[in-house]
Amino acid sequence: MRVVVQEEPFDFGREAQEFASGHSNMGAIVTFTGVVRDADKGGMDRMVIEHYPGMTQKALEKIAEEAVSRWDLGDVLVIHRHGELRQGDMIMMVATASRHRVNAFEAAEYLMDYLKSRAPFWKKEYTAGGAEWVAAKNEDEDALSRW
Amino acid sequence: MDVLYFAWVRERIGVPKEAVETNAKTVSELVEELRGREERYEAAFADLSALRVAVDQELTDFDASLEGVREVAFFPPMTGG
Repeated sequence: MRVVVQEEPFDFGREAQEFASGHSNMGAIVTFTGVVRDADKGGMDRMVIEHYPGMTQKALEKIAEEAVSRWDLGDVLVIHRHGELRQGDMIMMVATASRHRVNAFEAAEYLMDYLKSRAPFWKKEYTAGGAEWVAAKNEDEDALSRW
Repeated sequence: MDVLYFAWVRERIGVPKEAVETNAKTVSELVEELRGREERYEAAFADLSALRVAVDQELTDFDASLEGVREVAFFPPMTGG
């Protein structure tokens, strides 16, 4: 299990390759990557992600450990960035390895659902019209109930 | 104890962190104390359903005890991922 919180960009290809190559007996590797898109109203110049330094690493590790306890996983990787990002930048990635694909897919979805609503990050979008905090979506909170 | 604020809560209160002397037994009592202080706290805590709280860096509820607690953080619902 590896959990990384960082400001710098990460190399998705390298991370995915390294994660996959370490797990020769795993039949399934699932990766998901979150990419910065334009603001819902359009015209986004940049996004700044604030986080809670003392809590973030622990909160992410707890989510990853929960996934490991629920599914038969060989490994989990979570990378999440903070600081200033622009459209097209990769915000985060998760990867799961399992002997069977259903476990790998489900665990990756679980990780994403919990990262959305339980990891202490807050996004602020800067457009020509001003700056606005991204509001949490009800459906993100609802998504947790399926687990 | 240290009280921390994030995102728009931090912006409304005007500081990211402050040391607070309090006899409040629960998070709710602490919130009531802060609200009575100044308008900026009232502005930040006006709608508790729009807020989340962490005690010693663990997400919890507003009725959580503050006994032995060193750090309380207030913030809006998280938007990770």
